[in-house]
Amino acid sequence: MTVQANDPGLSISAGSGTRIRPLLEWFARRAEAVAIGLVAILIGLALFSLFILVIGKSPVTLFQLMYTGGFGSWFSVQNSLSRAAPLLLTALCVALPARLGLVIIGGEGAVVLGGVAAAAAAMPLLGLVPPAVLFVFMGLAAMVIGGLWIGLAGFLRHYRGVNETISSLLLAYIAIALMNQFVEGPLRDPASLNKPSTRPLPAEYMMGDIPGMDVHWGLIIGILACILSWILMEATSYGFAARIAGGNVRAAQIQGLPVGKLITGFTAIAGSFAGLAGMVEVAAVQGSANASLAAGYGYTGILVAFLARHNPLAIIPVAILLGGIDASGGLIQRRMGLPDATVLVLQGTLFIVILFCETFYGRFRIFDPDLWKRSA
Amino acid sequence: MSNIVRDTPLPQTGKAIGVETLGMTMRFGSFTALDNVSISVPACSFHALLGENGAGKSTLVKCIMGFYHATSGSLSVDGREVAIASPKDAATYGLGMVYQHFTLVPSLTGAENLVISRPEVPAVINWAKERKDLAAFMERMPFNIPLDRPVSELAAGEKQKLEIVKQLYLGRSFLVLDEPTSVLTPAEADEMLGLVRGMTERGELTVLMISHKFHEVTKFTDAVSILRRGRLVGTGKIGELSTTDMAAMMIGDVRLAELDSRLPVPEAARPVLTVEKVKAPDRSGLKTIEIEDLTVRSGEIVGIAGISGNGQKELTEILAGQRPTDTGRVVVNGETYGATRSETRKNNVRFIPEEPLQNACAPKMTVSENLAFRTFDLKPNGKDAIWLSRGAMKKRAAALISDFKVKTASSSSPIAALSGGNVQRAVLARELTGDVDLLIVSNPCFGLDFSAVAEVRARIMKARNSGTAVLLLSEDLDELLEMSDRIMVISEGKLVYETSALGADVGVIGAHMAGHH
Repeated sequence: MTVQANDPGLSISAGSGTRIRPLLEWFARRAEAVAIGLVAILIGLALFSLFILVIGKSPVTLFQLMYTGGFGSWFSVQNSLSRAAPLLLTALCVALPARLGLVIIGGEGAVVLGGVAAAAAAMPLLGLVPPAVLFVFMGLAAMVIGGLWIGLAGFLRHYRGVNETISSLLLAYIAIALMNQFVEGPLRDPASLNKPSTRPLPAEYMMGDIPGMDVHWGLIIGILACILSWILMEATSYGFAARIAGGNVRAAQIQGLPVGKLITGFTAIAGSFAGLAGMVEVAAVQGSANASLAAGYGYTGILVAFLARHNPLAIIPVAILLGGIDASGGLIQRRMGLPDATVLVLQGTLFIVILFCETFYGRFRIFDPDLWKRSA
Repeated sequence: MSNIVRDTPLPQTGKAIGVETLGMTMRFGSFTALDNVSISVPACSFHALLGENGAGKSTLVKCIMGFYHATSGSLSVDGREVAIASPKDAATYGLGMVYQHFTLVPSLTGAENLVISRPEVPAVINWAKERKDLAAFMERMPFNIPLDRPVSELAAGEKQKLEIVKQLYLGRSFLVLDEPTSVLTPAEADEMLGLVRGMTERGELTVLMISHKFHEVTKFTDAVSILRRGRLVGTGKIGELSTTDMAAMMIGDVRLAELDSRLPVPEAARPVLTVEKVKAPDRSGLKTIEIEDLTVRSGEIVGIAGISGNGQKELTEILAGQRPTDTGRVVVNGETYGATRSETRKNNVRFIPEEPLQNACAPKMTVSENLAFRTFDLKPNGKDAIWLSRGAMKKRAAALISDFKVKTASSSSPIAALSGGNVQRAVLARELTGDVDLLIVSNPCFGLDFSAVAEVRARIMKARNSGTAVLLLSEDLDELLEMSDRIMVISEGKLVYETSALGADVGVIGAHMAGHH
């Protein structure tokens, strides 16, 4: 007999049957995200190949170079990992608010201001404190300013009804203008002639590399931030409250949850991670705050977060993949004579296809856990 | 099958046609939604289609209307077998459908709505001519609707009539009405159905009406077909079947939950909820909600009657802290109440909003997560918890699922995968466990089947008898009369009438609902 969906009075509760069922069910639920994500990347690559064919180059060569440049050697892997480090943090700036139902795209603003704040915080302390303590102060300054910046977008969203996507983007432009103002004005190192910068950190105060690797500590910081974010979202009551608010704000309000505080708080945490990315850029890569901070990490982070479906742990592999694509840009430029922007075309294509493929979730029965429940 | 010859003559407006299904079966994967259903709706009849939610009523009419293609079985229109591939095909045979919810464009007038609904609208519309034609058309219609006013200004009953007129204007002579009276007052419903009945009697129209309301079915229709779990379980003329027979066929041999007998409200019952002189803007921001004085005492159910959109939503939002007020205050257990989590918890206030999936659940989160919304941040000792306990969550969910007979594939399925009745059971399980001082419920039975309705009402009555103060907002007057101790009518944002439920006059309540006070 067919069991009808709303057959009253019967209860099929969990736990009956074999052990394989929950496993299959669990697998079906996860497989969907992986499969659809991979298909999206394949479609994106196919479309990008068309673009490459149109401009008269070989996509095969290009993909080979991309692999070589991103992951072909220990050198290129380290290069990719270095580029992945800021992406881990900027992706969190998108992923955490997304769990609350907010689309924040202005992480770039928090990155540049975080970088400036870190550089400014370092100046009076140089020579007074050991490097480790300096990094703590730099990191705190960057996180506070980044948190305020993106938290403002969340605050405006909840209390004044301002669209957070637009406001965070516009705030990013303001942030870049502010950075230029500071770097060319009060914080400028008189010695920086061609490229206005803050006073560079002395070599002994640079963050340096992970022992045994040519990758700076930012990677570890980023991975730790992802793991902490995952714990925050999945294992604490704050994360759970945030997910309720993201899942249905009315349901959260009816439960008396402080939706406004949750939104402001989680956007602030998200912004503080992006700010930290700016600090890492200053302390580990640039040595000073300058216009190179606005290198687009905030925007690539959006792509990473969406591809990872806003799961903080999934951000780690996705950021490394995107870091690899980024790292191969130079090689493609040199070997194939393609402009640097080619990689951006690929990223843009991937992003559009990923957003398009979001609509496929729940459409394929093979991923329906209930199917496996019934047939197993 | 390459060339379907249409041998049925095109419909003539104003001449009813009969429709018959023969062995209609519809499968969705392994699920049989419709199992060998044969019903006959002869020309000029007013036929009712009864059944619980999920019994297959909508599937059947969707097969008739060409939205679904039946797995097997056939359909005859006026005695000839036809193949209907799409709703467009159905229209050419003169079959039309009126939905439960309005499909008119609110900002356009009735006349504009009618004209643009035609399959072929000229690029430039000659309105003078159209108006003349429409006036002539309306002459032949029993309905009297102002066609020159924007639809948004029409009352619900007028809109529903306009929906029917639209189908007739489009030349349909067989209409499916899907719960057409769910948004109407009793008087509006009676008038509308009476007019439709008149058209069938005059041979202008055949109607197949999906309904839940027995009194409508017995008063207006000729015959009834009853579906249960996708099968036709009974059919017959009205008069040959009693409502008890019909109910028995609809629900099968399931025993309905019975209401506890109502304990008397003690004279000295303490007021739990008091709303004092509250004023707040409504959704449009143009009108004001003004609740002068509303008191709900321990152990009583106060019902709020009213037509949808008269301030009920705003009132629940004010109580749930979702809508800031301009003046006045809400008092629970003697203290000002602002619906924060700590106040809600301290005073044991629970909300069960209408359409629980949209308003009380996070659809994509799992059943067990949804069941934990009220308790996830509490340790067993009542202190605030920082770490989630997945194990405790699952255990609690399993207990609630079995206590409230929530039917779900597993506690880790997304709650959106559950049927409406089971979502409501899950929400009740979450909200009615533990001590409840104040329960605010809105349309708790909307869209639920019989047994779920009986169970929901039994649970609410049980809570009342154990001393819970219940505020019940409902658009279903029968429900209010059955459940409430006192009934108040809300109209245009104000409480305009109060009566004891015992011996309440439905006519008077209806008049106040319609704004005559």
